[in-house]
Amino acid sequence: MDFSIASILLLDGVTNGAVYALLAMATVLLFAVTRVIFIPQGEFVAFGALTVGMFQAGQVPGTVWLLLAMAIAVAVLDTFAQLRRGVALARVARNVLLVLALPVVVCTFSWWIAPSKPPLLLSALLTLLLVTPMGALVYRLGYQSLADASVLVLLIVSVGVHFALTGFGLLFFGAEGFRTPPFWDARFSAGPLTFSGQTLIIFFASAALIVLLWLFFERTLYGKALRATAVNRLGARLMGISSTAAGALSFTMAAFIGALSGLLIGPTTTVFYDSGFLIGLKGFVAAVFAGLASYPAAAVGALGVGILESFGSFWASAFKEVIVFTAILPVLLWRSLRDHHVDEE
Amino acid sequence: MAARHARTAATFVFFILLLLLPQLPVPEFWITQLNYIGLYAIVALGLVLLTGVAGLTSFGQAAFVGIGAYTTALLTVNEVASPWLTVFVGIALTCAGAVLIGWLTLRMSGHYLPLATICWGLALNYLMANMDFLGKFDGILGVPALEFFSISLNQGRTLFYLIWGIAIAAAFALLNLLDSRPGRAIRALRGGVTMAESMGVSTFRYKVVVFVLAAVLASISGWLFAHFQRTVNPSPFGLKMGIEYLFMAVVGGVGNVWGAFTGAAVVKLVEDQLQVWLPRLVGASGNYEIIVFGLALVLVLKYAPQGLWPFVAERLPARVRTRDWANAPPLAIRGKPARGELVLDVAAARKEFGGLVAVNDVSFQIHAGEIIGLIGPNGAGKSTTFNLVSGVLPLTRGAVRFRGESVDHASSRHIARLGMSRTFQHVKLIADMTVLENVALGGHLRASTGTLRAMLRLDRAEEKRLLHEAERQLERIGMREHENELAGNLALGPQRLVEIARALATDPALLLLDEPAAGLRLREKEALGKVLRQLKAEGLSILLVEHDMDFVMGLTDRIVVMEFGTKLIEGTPAEVQASPAVRAAYLGTEH
Repeated sequence: MDFSIASILLLDGVTNGAVYALLAMATVLLFAVTRVIFIPQGEFVAFGALTVGMFQAGQVPGTVWLLLAMAIAVAVLDTFAQLRRGVALARVARNVLLVLALPVVVCTFSWWIAPSKPPLLLSALLTLLLVTPMGALVYRLGYQSLADASVLVLLIVSVGVHFALTGFGLLFFGAEGFRTPPFWDARFSAGPLTFSGQTLIIFFASAALIVLLWLFFERTLYGKALRATAVNRLGARLMGISSTAAGALSFTMAAFIGALSGLLIGPTTTVFYDSGFLIGLKGFVAAVFAGLASYPAAAVGALGVGILESFGSFWASAFKEVIVFTAILPVLLWRSLRDHHVDEE
Repeated sequence: MAARHARTAATFVFFILLLLLPQLPVPEFWITQLNYIGLYAIVALGLVLLTGVAGLTSFGQAAFVGIGAYTTALLTVNEVASPWLTVFVGIALTCAGAVLIGWLTLRMSGHYLPLATICWGLALNYLMANMDFLGKFDGILGVPALEFFSISLNQGRTLFYLIWGIAIAAAFALLNLLDSRPGRAIRALRGGVTMAESMGVSTFRYKVVVFVLAAVLASISGWLFAHFQRTVNPSPFGLKMGIEYLFMAVVGGVGNVWGAFTGAAVVKLVEDQLQVWLPRLVGASGNYEIIVFGLALVLVLKYAPQGLWPFVAERLPARVRTRDWANAPPLAIRGKPARGELVLDVAAARKEFGGLVAVNDVSFQIHAGEIIGLIGPNGAGKSTTFNLVSGVLPLTRGAVRFRGESVDHASSRHIARLGMSRTFQHVKLIADMTVLENVALGGHLRASTGTLRAMLRLDRAEEKRLLHEAERQLERIGMREHENELAGNLALGPQRLVEIARALATDPALLLLDEPAAGLRLREKEALGKVLRQLKAEGLSILLVEHDMDFVMGLTDRIVVMEFGTKLIEGTPAEVQASPAVRAAYLGTEH
């Protein structure tokens, strides 16, 4: 290996690492606010990439049907729950309308425009609008009524949600893989390195999102409410912060981050309905590196995972996944030596 | 008695049926199905122990199945060793992997183990699929059939006996384990570590033991699987299968040994139907059954977290413990300090939480046969002092000596071994264990039965002595008639008494009681006071945190009053009652 190969691998690793960083931060966010270890984070990535892919192929993306199905399920559940609590019929109807409005509008528009192969940017925008609302819906369907369950139960629920979403992915997207065109197909050379436009977009988008997240948590009331919930759920509730709303908001953010990551990696690799799991899990290794607690550490860990992966695939391509996932063992050793407190549940 | 006979009869009929089944003209298909169910149940049993009993979990059990399967396949195909030896090689490799992962993760919060098993399961599966000597994706073909004294187990009908023999033996070994000294320690793990450690249980060690046991069961299932299928390839050992094993345990009933069998049967039978019907319904091939499994997993956890087994169990007669320990010899008793000897010496103990000084250089002493009260308004630092003395919290500065030994940096487990025992302000009993079993947990350090002995039921003599001791302590505290009730069904007052009985079962020299009278009725308080005086007469020393002034004043020899983390005064009850400083602390000063 010489310097130029090393620098190419490094660039490759950092590029993937930037996406893993986004996913790792979504994982940390969800765990802090809701105590949910969200295994299906990667499914949003796959959904994002596949949706753009299907728009570009002139097909109605599977997300349209999935989003509609989830929204209807939530509407039905909400109706029953509210009627049982004796909420007035008019109010129930209004609430159901609120749940259904955005999904129905976005889905109808997507269904109408898909056959005419919408331009890439519009497709990307629609993708974000289709995948992001799924976050809150997944939270409502899978987790909301279990909010007080133990971390372990929530983790097992996550695995169930992962199974269901992967299966729905197969059902709605089919077994075919998609690779989307790059958003910007320019190329720049700097020494031995060639930057593609997409690489720059990945760097820029990741950095921008990290800054936005930081501003959100530091400067906005909602961000502070989420932080308060993360520190102490009961205390936050006593201050009037609904932990349900905090959960729905953080899941929405996670879905958005997932969909965006899907847009970013879509042009770099062929994505299948079940590709998201491995991608999400790499974000996970980074989040474990951060003890599921620290955002900056998660970002650093993600870059590490990306670099390890790119060098691993150079040296022993068949074993790159083995290398990346075995790396969690030394990470755990380091963590257990660093802080070996055991919490009471 | 009738219930017991019905239970024995039901079990007997079940086993006769199981024995006869392969001899009956049952279609081969169903024998194969039953063999799969047995294989899956062996793995699910490990998860019941791990998830339902110990409150840990693993998504990587399929990887351990794979280790067992690949080990025997590789060694027997190359004729290196007999399959009856390779099972042990597989177990040894599995143990090595499980110990490594357990050792790395089990000191930390409970969710690191499952996360590690996901990654490890994936990595191992990719390894299997990419190693030349393991046949890559094709795997290893032509694994020989097992032979048992020249009887070839190459038919489903003959292998049936081995598979189900092992499954049933494993189930009974686990039942034995759960009803034993190590079993009680394992059942205490789910409630957090503080209480178990205070009873002298090494929670870390038992967590590793449980994880290794579950892995070994998976490995044995893998060994059988290889000789049943006669070929191995990576796909049945992937993460999907790892999750399905957990699904079986959860659906069947993760809290009960027989839930593993229920879950394995239901999942296997339903999966086969789904794999036929769903692709037809969708009009394309694919593993659509994961949608149903995923949704079902969420729904089961929401609406029936105990799984299906309780629905079966409520139709079966309940198990009653036979009282067979009346003649068991008592457990050994430790040497007690002589009356008046210095037992506990707290010298300038200090605890800071960041900038907050919760305990500010507090000193006091306890001599053998004394009852000392620790009182003070809310937030005075009483419970923190308590936690410092019992090793639950480390000291920032100062010293604590117990019977001449410095225990500043000792773990609560070590302190328990020295003869200091405690109760908790927020009662920490195992709700789904009987009162008797809860108290027997207190005798943990006075017995020595290990996991293997317990599984083979070689521990009965010692077990009787433990239960006898537990019953004696319950008798002493006036709770004997409740011994077969579940601890979770008791009211708070009696639960506090059970905690005292559990602490007494440790045979302590110093007893730390955190608000023992809270929630007790007047009569119960009087009875408790009588017991404590009797314990004092036996030479036991007691440190008491209490809010009930009548109770404290009438019982204690001396009282330490704390306010804002500082010791205000120490003296006899009369001196404390007369002190203007104490009155000011509780009622405020007059201006």
